[in-house]
Amino acid sequence: MHIVDGALSAPVVIGGTIAALGGIALGLRALPLERIPAAGVLSASFFVASLVHVPVGPSSVHLILNGLAGLVLGWAAFPALFVGLLLQAVFFGFGGLTVLGVNTLNIALPAVLAGLLFGRLAASGTPLAGAVWAGIGGAFAIAATTVMVGISLRLSGDAFIPAAKLVFVTHLPVMAIEGVLTGFAVLLARRVKPELFAALKGASA
Amino acid sequence: MAHVLSQGPEGLAGHGGPSGAGWIVPLDPRVRILGACVYGIAVAALSGLVALSVALALSLGLLALSRLPLRPTLRRMAMMDGFIFFMLALLPFTVPGDPVFTLWGFAASWQGLGQAVEIALTANAVILALMVLVGTLEPVTLGHALYRLRCPERLVHLLMFTLRYIEVLREEYLRLRAAMKLRGFRPGSNWHSYRSFGYLLGMILVRAIERSERILEAMKCRGFSGRIVLLREFALSRRDWVFGAALLGAVAGLFVLERTWP
Repeated sequence: MHIVDGALSAPVVIGGTIAALGGIALGLRALPLERIPAAGVLSASFFVASLVHVPVGPSSVHLILNGLAGLVLGWAAFPALFVGLLLQAVFFGFGGLTVLGVNTLNIALPAVLAGLLFGRLAASGTPLAGAVWAGIGGAFAIAATTVMVGISLRLSGDAFIPAAKLVFVTHLPVMAIEGVLTGFAVLLARRVKPELFAALKGASA
Repeated sequence: MAHVLSQGPEGLAGHGGPSGAGWIVPLDPRVRILGACVYGIAVAALSGLVALSVALALSLGLLALSRLPLRPTLRRMAMMDGFIFFMLALLPFTVPGDPVFTLWGFAASWQGLGQAVEIALTANAVILALMVLVGTLEPVTLGHALYRLRCPERLVHLLMFTLRYIEVLREEYLRLRAAMKLRGFRPGSNWHSYRSFGYLLGMILVRAIERSERILEAMKCRGFSGRIVLLREFALSRRDWVFGAALLGAVAGLFVLERTWP
């Protein structure tokens, strides 16, 4: 969900940029230099995952997986997702330059929230229970991103209200799919490498 | 290194790095990044259709001067998320004003149409300039230049590691997809497909973590103290000053146009 340059009003762009800078700073503080290789490899894996097409009915969607990123990386998801968005804008022409801050905030803040709300639940209990919570976290992150995109548009002008509502409705299937995929990804990770989430607590703490 | 971003089979950039960038190559990467930022912010601040059309023409001029392949770059420029497209298509109907035509009882207004065109022009002009000026950098050079522009060291390190491993992980993803295909997996909209995709993502994640552990151990063996020393220095040349001055002149010209034809 990349907003483009020129769509948002100046106060929204400036406010979003400042908030994103704050989030990135907090995320970097949660990331000691020794953890950077792990965070970089994960950031790259989320970049690759975002290239995966998943079929939905006659069409297909690109994954965002910000919920999974938040569950795995915690606050470090902020700089990691920013790096992904920067590379997408510069090399693929997705999104825009002045809206980079707003886009980062819209995608990374829900990720961090999903991590804070559901991270512990996804990492404890049986793998199945953890997977269900992770799935809820994955769907929640996309829902929150959609709402934040809607708010960014709404704050920029009343004319965007119908579009903002439409965005939310058309993304309902995406929420479901991201939730299911996040759930199964965590289910597999919990079964194959149970210490994964325990090990990563150090990365996000 | 990091050639996914420039030459992947999925056409991740479609051009072969700096060799395809013509006159832009000798410019200092820092000047290119700053120039793209100044230009982007200035164009985003414009609202007159004349000034924005000239800005898009300027960006197209930059593209023509660089040696990027025209077609894929333009396609990439014009591509936007489905919802942005929706939003632009809805704008004429949601902005009140003088009607142009009516569709199923809804009136489209000139004002709304103007606003949609304005957003489309801005978005394309800015992203095209960004792709031409910064997207033609070798990705690793981008990291070095950002470091010299005083970006936080950790953020630059994160960027460099991400760049380094995107290609590696994409190959891993393609290997897993090939293995799935050999076992007869055909993606569709059903529970089985979604479960398989979920497991695929989980597997990528597990392997990424294990790889990062090996990387850290290997780096520690070689004396990694948590810091990679970035040695590359950049120097401004006459050419950079000329380019910078021309860019600022163009921006000033755009603002004059904006004043004359608001």
